[in-house]
Amino acid sequence: MTALALPAQPNTPLARIRWAVTDGGTVVARNLNHIRREPAQLVAELIVPIIMVLLFGYVFGSAIPIPGGGNYREFLMPGLFAMTAVSSVASTSQIVAGDVQRGVMDRFRSMPMARSAVAFGQAGVDIITGTLGLVCMAACGVVVGWRVHTGFMHGLAGFALLLFLRYAISWVGVYMGLSVKNEETADRLGILFLPISMLANTFVPTGGMPAWLRLISNWNPISSLVAACRQLFGNPGAPSGHTSLPLEHPVLSTLIWAVVILAIFVPLSVRKYATSR
Amino acid sequence: MSVNVATAPARAEPRTVDNAVVLEGITKSFGSTKALAGVDLTVATGTICGVLGPNGAGKTTAVRILTTLLRPDGGHASVAGFDVVRNATDVRYRIGLAGQSAAVDEKLTGRDNLRMFGRLYHLTRPDAAARADELLERFVLTDAADRVVKTYSGGMRRRLDLAASLVIAPPVLFLDEPTTGLDPRSRNAVWQSIRALAADGTTVLLTTQYLDEADQLADHIAVIDTGRVIAAGTSTELKSLIGGDHIDVVLRFEHDLPIAAEALGRVTGTRPQTRAEALQISAPVSGTAGFLTRAVRELDAVGAEIEDISLRRPTLDDVFLQLTGHTSGDPA
Repeated sequence: MTALALPAQPNTPLARIRWAVTDGGTVVARNLNHIRREPAQLVAELIVPIIMVLLFGYVFGSAIPIPGGGNYREFLMPGLFAMTAVSSVASTSQIVAGDVQRGVMDRFRSMPMARSAVAFGQAGVDIITGTLGLVCMAACGVVVGWRVHTGFMHGLAGFALLLFLRYAISWVGVYMGLSVKNEETADRLGILFLPISMLANTFVPTGGMPAWLRLISNWNPISSLVAACRQLFGNPGAPSGHTSLPLEHPVLSTLIWAVVILAIFVPLSVRKYATSR
Repeated sequence: MSVNVATAPARAEPRTVDNAVVLEGITKSFGSTKALAGVDLTVATGTICGVLGPNGAGKTTAVRILTTLLRPDGGHASVAGFDVVRNATDVRYRIGLAGQSAAVDEKLTGRDNLRMFGRLYHLTRPDAAARADELLERFVLTDAADRVVKTYSGGMRRRLDLAASLVIAPPVLFLDEPTTGLDPRSRNAVWQSIRALAADGTTVLLTTQYLDEADQLADHIAVIDTGRVIAAGTSTELKSLIGGDHIDVVLRFEHDLPIAAEALGRVTGTRPQTRAEALQISAPVSGTAGFLTRAVRELDAVGAEIEDISLRRPTLDDVFLQLTGHTSGDPA
């Protein structure tokens, strides 16, 4: 019998990064394997956006007028895109908390894995499922009359922005999952992000809200994202004139929000993973 | 297909140390609860150490510190010669962890799990696959290899868990209550695996609430209660801690009990305990000199008919009761 060669421990920064990337990839592969073993779960996740488009598009759409005119469903789609982006916090925190609860995380932590790998891998998986969900929802949107009016590049930029903020938000999910350590608690907390995603310009223009509520809504990162998408896609309801600082520069403010969230939650999550309990 | 895994991986020169596990004055508190109140323990390389204690004694906390999952508040601990805090990565290269402290991914198949862990140790894809097959075969899981772990029985899950901790054939293995909740047959299978590993030179530290498990497996036992090692030694040493052997006599007829007890007392020079419902008399003896033969003769002389007579060493249950004032079943 010949000895199985274990690779040398990485001892240069570059080798360490490569090590971490490989580990992150293994964690991503593991999650894709989950989907392969239980495809019904993915199907369920993709059906929800379709139902949302139909439900909100036709139920709310019949009653909400858009300032400056336009089709409600065209106004709605960027809001729904953003809402599913926020939902990543729930799905990610649930997976992470489940791993902590069942001891899988402890096995990972007792292995010579990069300390950042699990968090990066989990957030990375979310990009993949998020992209799938987005494609599905966009297709559904096209069916009900939503269009990108500004050309291919702008459309692409809009989706890239959606995925970027989603990625940042999934790090909040990683941190939450590591903190609550219990799948059911994570699940319940995840639902709280529904009102947060609605306390914005997602479904209704903020113009008609009372002043204090309008202030909160306008500074909600989700509002920035939604406004940025409306602007980039050329959909109705893009803010014009004097609203609030973030909404006057929605693309820039969304980027800033994403960077700020990442700057806070990446180190927090990695630290939490390394020192948990 | 067989892959032999080197037991001394990577970077630092392979260290040979006399004591694979060393704990010195380890303390750990959670809030105001003192989980470990200064634990000292050494495990000689290549031996099995059983850490015995009731629920809440601090066994799992100790394992979590040794496997780098938890930082101690005070004291020093090293595994395979590496400090668990300062050289955590070096430690992680040399340990396996199984039992209630670690788990496998139940949404994956057994094979997927082992391959994933192999990849996380950075084995190449073919090596990870070969190692997975080898471990599946060794733990009699080949038939279930492509089933999702969720569908496994408790025993199968535990075997997979053990297999997962052996992906790199670690020189030091930590088993946190490896057989809790298993039926006797599965428990025996796990015991056999542990013995085989120890025979190959793996150092094993296992925690257990079962006295017979420690007695069966461990070369060395540490009894832990409320965060402290209250006794340590071989099973035999621990038993002798609470005094000598007992003679147990079971009689055929109840009416013989009084005369038999008197006769036995004359032989041992101690006061026998009588358990009438079991027709049993039991007396402690000191020393070893021929008590059994003399007891038989004396009992025969008084006309008591003997059903059974034996010389019994105290069990670890006796030890535990003696040391802690409560049995191993109740929490402290």
